[in-house]
Amino acid sequence: MENFSLEFERPVRELQDKLDKMQIFAREHNVDMTRQLDELEKEIETTARDTFANLTPWQRVQLARHPKRPYSLDYIERIFTDFLELKGDRCFGDDAAIVGGFAKLDGRPVMIIAHQKGRDLKERNRRNFGMAHPEGYRKALRLMQVAEKAGAPIITFIDTPGAYPGIASEERHVGEAIAVNLREMFNFTVPIICTVIGEGGSGGALGIGVGNAVMIMENAYYSVISPEGCAGIIWKDGTKAAKAAEAMKITGPDLLEMKIVDEVIAEPVGGAHRDHDKTAVLLKNALLRQLANLDDLSPEGLVNHRYERFRVIGAYA
Amino acid sequence: MPLFGRPKFASVTYIKKPSNLAGPTDIAAETVSKEKPKDTCKGCNGSTPQHEVTANLGICPKCEYHNPMTAMQRITLLSDANSFRELDSNMKSVNRLGFEGYDRTYLEKVKSTGHNDAIVTGLCKLDGQEYAIGVMDFRFMGASMGSVVGEKLTRLTEAATSRNLPLLIVTASGGARMQEGCLSLMQMAKTSGALARHSLAGLPVFILLTNPTYGGVTASFASLGDIILAEPKALIGFAGARVIQTTIKAELPPDFQTAEFLEKRGLVDRIIHRKGLRRELSLLFSYFKPGIDARS
Ligand SMILES: [Zn+2]
Repeated sequence: MENFSLEFERPVRELQDKLDKMQIFAREHNVDMTRQLDELEKEIETTARDTFANLTPWQRVQLARHPKRPYSLDYIERIFTDFLELKGDRCFGDDAAIVGGFAKLDGRPVMIIAHQKGRDLKERNRRNFGMAHPEGYRKALRLMQVAEKAGAPIITFIDTPGAYPGIASEERHVGEAIAVNLREMFNFTVPIICTVIGEGGSGGALGIGVGNAVMIMENAYYSVISPEGCAGIIWKDGTKAAKAAEAMKITGPDLLEMKIVDEVIAEPVGGAHRDHDKTAVLLKNALLRQLANLDDLSPEGLVNHRYERFRVIGAYA
Repeated sequence: MPLFGRPKFASVTYIKKPSNLAGPTDIAAETVSKEKPKDTCKGCNGSTPQHEVTANLGICPKCEYHNPMTAMQRITLLSDANSFRELDSNMKSVNRLGFEGYDRTYLEKVKSTGHNDAIVTGLCKLDGQEYAIGVMDFRFMGASMGSVVGEKLTRLTEAATSRNLPLLIVTASGGARMQEGCLSLMQMAKTSGALARHSLAGLPVFILLTNPTYGGVTASFASLGDIILAEPKALIGFAGARVIQTTIKAELPPDFQTAEFLEKRGLVDRIIHRKGLRRELSLLFSYFKPGIDARS
């Protein structure tokens, strides 16, 4: 994974490798290559800027799934302090595909609820690739109820290919678990801010996605079905995923226009995975800005605001 | 195509999807009516003249297989004569995404069904008891939920809330409508939000799950009934059976995702034979009447 790079990232990657080698050479042979190194760095910057200025929706999907992309816990440790994880749905178990707990945002108590993917093989399996079972959604609801009592704003990070499609999921009614979250999230009187940080995969994403403010990262997607799934169904050809990604309008600017998201958070040039720290700062700033806006609303105002926000979404005549 | 050894009750076929697909919901387009000669029963393969089946509420007289009903047939079954007043019948879909082929498919369905989308909503009475009703019609693009279904259902729920009425939704759906992208996903939230307000007003929601109910519909209003009823042998789930099988690479239990499976596992209050539906629903309404009257 250390060497993982996407097809369209390769030119940047190759220049980066060249730069690394040059630096080693300069150090080992004790020669001054400052000028060459500066030039190469500039070239990398320009190439990255050009590559990332016109990404296709499918390229963004690939970035959203990039194995080096920051996951929820990467953001949590950079943005918040005093994170106190709380586990379990009080019914069946603890689902590691969704993490949650109290934390402080610039000293202010909040409740975090977030999909969590794993970085290495073992962790990926433990987190089930961020695909939650019903108990994940029920834990999320329980923690939101805790947040309501504490008067803590709810901050969710969405990053899932979808809720897990398996026998256990169906036996314990994952559809019902998501549905109840959708309904109950409309009733909370604390601010709710949701951010799609990577993959916003259908109902499994929306299950923690009913917010007063919904944001999406620049290289993330939010979709009713995976591009592969859509292509397989509509064109009977899963390899037409790029076409489906384009057709379904699943990235920031389109979603902004349809009022599905309220803000698109810019990522560093080259994508979030190239600079976790910097991306976290950008996300934190957006969270603080949204929270400050919502602080003007009363508890009842927040409930009405959330209802009206979703009430107007749709295209009909 | 036999569905996991249960060809008897399979009224949907699943088209194979790539194994790396992520979204588990929304099998709308892969649920297509199985083409069979008119008089052959999907339940028992026996042949009964179509008019006999129709006269029997769409139930096979031999094996009790419940064939799909159209929205208007269902409303006729569940309302007093001439009591139904339809709402928003003219509301039409807009191809907001400019999705290839959507306009054509949509217009074809308008033509073949006589409806402008996959749900009929309105107010009616059953044994004199007024209530709000929404019925999905599977013939219309697999009753997939797009903006029109979401908006009509939301308006119906809001009307029920303001008029202090119980609400019945008869579901059948392949899930969210892909051709409307994320707009259709958001209808799950919108309809659930309207149901939250209806519920806060102390009013009851009744859901009747019919064959098949899947995806984003299952993961929103279809699971939000105070009382959840289902028709016998109806297939109900979040992810399509084929998607699950592809994911877990194992056999599924023989009764997987049937109404009976879900009743056993606690999702469904009652499985109701279509012939008893009208009476039971009327009885259920009557049980809620004191509570509703006390609030008005
Ligand atoms: Zn039969």
